[in-house]
Amino acid sequence: MLHLVLFLVFGAICVAGAINLLVQSHPISSALSLVVVMASLAVEYLLLGAEFVAAVQVIVYAGAVMVLFVFVIMLLNAGVEERTKGSQVALILGIPGVLAGGLLVAWVLIERTGTATVGLGALPGFPKTIGNLLFHDFLLPFEITSVLVLIAIMGAVVLASRPEPKNPEKES
Amino acid sequence: MVPVSYYLILSGILFSCGVIGFLIKRNIITIFICIELMLNGVNLSFVAFAAQWQHLSGQVFVFFVMVVAAAEATVGLAIIIAVFRTRETLNVDHVNLLKL
Amino acid sequence: MLSLPIFLVASVVKIVLVIFILLTAVAYTVWLERKVVGHMQNRWGPSRVGPFGLLQPLADGIKFLLKEDLTPPHVYRPLFIAAPMIAVICALTSISVIPFGTAIPVAGHIIPLQITDLNIGLLLILGVTSIGVYGVALAGWSSNNKYSLLGGLRASAQMVSYEICLGLSLVGVLIVSGSFSLQQIVESQRGYFWGFIPKWNIFYGCQFVAFFIYLMAAYAETNRIPFDLPEAETELVAGYHTEYSAMKFAMFFMAEYANMITVACLATILFLGGGNGPLFGPPVLRLILPTFYFVAKVFVFLFTYIWVRGTLPRFRYDQLMAFGWKFLFPLAIANLVVTALVVAYRS
Repeated sequence: MLHLVLFLVFGAICVAGAINLLVQSHPISSALSLVVVMASLAVEYLLLGAEFVAAVQVIVYAGAVMVLFVFVIMLLNAGVEERTKGSQVALILGIPGVLAGGLLVAWVLIERTGTATVGLGALPGFPKTIGNLLFHDFLLPFEITSVLVLIAIMGAVVLASRPEPKNPEKES
Repeated sequence: MVPVSYYLILSGILFSCGVIGFLIKRNIITIFICIELMLNGVNLSFVAFAAQWQHLSGQVFVFFVMVVAAAEATVGLAIIIAVFRTRETLNVDHVNLLKL
Repeated sequence: MLSLPIFLVASVVKIVLVIFILLTAVAYTVWLERKVVGHMQNRWGPSRVGPFGLLQPLADGIKFLLKEDLTPPHVYRPLFIAAPMIAVICALTSISVIPFGTAIPVAGHIIPLQITDLNIGLLLILGVTSIGVYGVALAGWSSNNKYSLLGGLRASAQMVSYEICLGLSLVGVLIVSGSFSLQQIVESQRGYFWGFIPKWNIFYGCQFVAFFIYLMAAYAETNRIPFDLPEAETELVAGYHTEYSAMKFAMFFMAEYANMITVACLATILFLGGGNGPLFGPPVLRLILPTFYFVAKVFVFLFTYIWVRGTLPRFRYDQLMAFGWKFLFPLAIANLVVTALVVAYRS
């Protein structure tokens, strides 16, 4: 009972945050709505027992990646966005299309999972057990993703650096 | 006891909101934010299935999704900054010439 | 284990008590800082309001309440009002996992002196610190003022960079203690080795390098001298809280000092053994002594904070970032590798 109530409350906050993200016209409001969605998703993970994943979601995703987004929005001084012809067409065709697709996928998934239920804290994800899995069974993906992050850092530094000012030609 | 399908429906709603936002928004940063929303919806599916089948690999995979999302956000935002320096607009409809 | 109603009543009492004590401690930390820095600069500090200036925080509080709360015209109002609230909420939340001493028996039930003992207590503090960056960044941006924007961006970039060093310095302690729960980290530092040296993590766990890194990272996280360029008056007017007045400025002020106190509490728990110390005397005294030792250690930390503030000049911003990324970060990784090797060799 408590599980259902908590799930519904935080699920409602997630959906409200997602719809606010779509409705707002200023990117900073969309970014902060996403932070709210991530925080309530962290609570949903806690309800399923994934405590380490919830903590990492808050620290890494909501606390670092979204801070990066907020930085870039502040640096580029992005203003309120304007409506163009392309976005009007996307509104009329896109929303019903996505909703139909989503309903189809949802119907298939519900048929397949049947009446399976999960309890409060169903699969406790202690840091120790997750660490064991990460460094034994999933060692190769772990190493590959670390190389990926290194490449991303180097790429970002190169892409975002200012081009060197050319020295003026000396008249001889 | 909450049915797994409820978690999947919530994940599906978040993912659909991400796709809708990706299609209707015109500011490049907002489009990136919608991509992150899609990835979050998928993460919730992973954790819900991990709880249903009692297999911790679902939770471990969420880490990889987060790392890849962080790397992609970094490079994407660097590209946005580089594009903004030359075109001085963040509206995707106006970045339509290969060379200025 | 406590039954649910007892747990709820005990939790509410603990929360009220801890918040009251924390806010009083914030006010008197400000007094202590003004007195100590004053004496270091060969002047008295506050000495008029009450004996030794002890009622100065009361006078400051009344001033903040009665000042005009000015909102400049072109600010982005929702974020302008929300930013100090985010800062204060994050500063007050991280105190909820700190153990203040041993469990005391009250009316037949044993109640731990900690609001909640989470399995992932240390991660909660890191997470709340990460969210606190938003308070600073949004305050700088919503003020519609170029000094605030620059100060906010610099402060949040500094906080994000030093968060990494902070987290890595804590991983060394984790490897030695084997748990994220703060109560268990304190428990693992009980006892003595070689006769009289206490088994604190800084001695027995050999985490002195991690302690140094933690100290530097803590000074940078709380934006204190020598890392306080983002809010230095001569540089950026007042940085991200330029446009704030009265109660909102008081909230930023409180958040900064509450962060200081939380960081000091965390340092005593992780490196100096929390409430552990020689116990003697009647049972009542034995229950109070751990809390007394804890408060004494936190006070030593806060005094060091204030001492450094009165002594050192501030870093330039590029020196600050270079120090964090090029010196502290490799040092923290080296500490992690050495600690892991030593622990693997010992077991």
